[in-house]
Amino acid sequence: MNAVWSIVQRDLSLAARRRSEVLTLLFFFLVVTSLFPLGVGADPQLLNKIAPGVIWVCALLATMLGLQRLFAPDLADGSLEQMALVPAPLMGLVTGKILAHWVLCGLPLVVMAPLMGLMFGLPTDALWMLAWSLLLGTPVLSCIGAIGAALTLGVRQGGAMLSLLVLPLLIPVLIFGSGAVIAQLSGLEADGYISLLAALLLLSLTFAPWATAAALKIALE
Amino acid sequence: MLQAVSLSCQRGGRYLFKDVSFHLQPGAWLRVAGDNGSGKTSLLRLITGLSPTEDGQVLWNQLPLQAGRAAFHQNLLYLGHHNAVKDDLTPLENLQFAARLCQQPISPNTALLALQRMGLKNRAHVLVRHLSAGQQRRVLLARLLTQQAKLWVLDEPFTALDVSAVALLTQLLKDHLALGGMAVLTSHQALQLPAGQEVML
Repeated sequence: MNAVWSIVQRDLSLAARRRSEVLTLLFFFLVVTSLFPLGVGADPQLLNKIAPGVIWVCALLATMLGLQRLFAPDLADGSLEQMALVPAPLMGLVTGKILAHWVLCGLPLVVMAPLMGLMFGLPTDALWMLAWSLLLGTPVLSCIGAIGAALTLGVRQGGAMLSLLVLPLLIPVLIFGSGAVIAQLSGLEADGYISLLAALLLLSLTFAPWATAAALKIALE
Repeated sequence: MLQAVSLSCQRGGRYLFKDVSFHLQPGAWLRVAGDNGSGKTSLLRLITGLSPTEDGQVLWNQLPLQAGRAAFHQNLLYLGHHNAVKDDLTPLENLQFAARLCQQPISPNTALLALQRMGLKNRAHVLVRHLSAGQQRRVLLARLLTQQAKLWVLDEPFTALDVSAVALLTQLLKDHLALGGMAVLTSHQALQLPAGQEVML
């Protein structure tokens, strides 16, 4: 546990020294979501309708940006080798990396999304639902993304490959996440979507660290 | 006690080496010798368990690595080609992180003493990316002082070091062996160490 915590702490302090990496991602989210109201015009009804999908897709793409640098620097400077050679299981350390990635790239999106929602004129209950769905959904993005990042480690043009590999796997998260907000907007029960998101979260929390560690071991051989 | 039984390594369908065996007792050291590209690093990675063995096996205290991985890694310190230090952390932070990762946490004072011995006293709080290649290497080598491990596996440990650092590392190796430690290393330099074993690849 100590080792896991040390990884989280190290990744957070590294990010604090290189704020531009995280800020780029947040600005990407901010700019791309703001482009839509400018592009499709100021029809409040239309904006309201597309808001959940647009914000969720932008969150998905913003997370992808951060994934490429999840393991690559550690592989390049030999830290990953050292992580594979400590008594603690690699799976635990990978969980620490995923947790740090979520705190840096997922959590800020959860906070920012309702602000973006305001721009689309979403009512308050839908804003809360948006934040709630992202709170459950973004950890899934980090988990599944970590598997992809580990599998494409050391591959030439890994970035493009990573998107091709991971984005299709994230479709269910997108459907249930924006589905919850759409349901809320149309006055329907969103509980079903939220339960499905929570189920996806539990499933990916169980399997992603194991699969990621296995993929990292292959990359290290 | 470290034992390797008929290890071999294939790269690109060709054998780099075949049937390499050795036996290392406490207090003994092994030099892996060979030309560039002869598979020295590959052999070290097999010994540490980073690469899986195709033929043969590596035994630590009579147990195959797969069976006693945690116990083996508890006793292993592997320093490879890469410095395994983070550019955006200070030497002190790097050293403390490495220690916590191995579940042997150290106090800032212990870390500072180790850095002082490595000649980095005034650099302990400077970001590693502002240090020279040799100084970065010294940050890595400071782990030899802070981490308790019976087996040192060192890949070209003398690279980028100046004369005083080479002397210091040699002294550290001597002390380690005198205390019953073991070492496996590759080096192209002549070493001022007590007689050891050699594997020629």
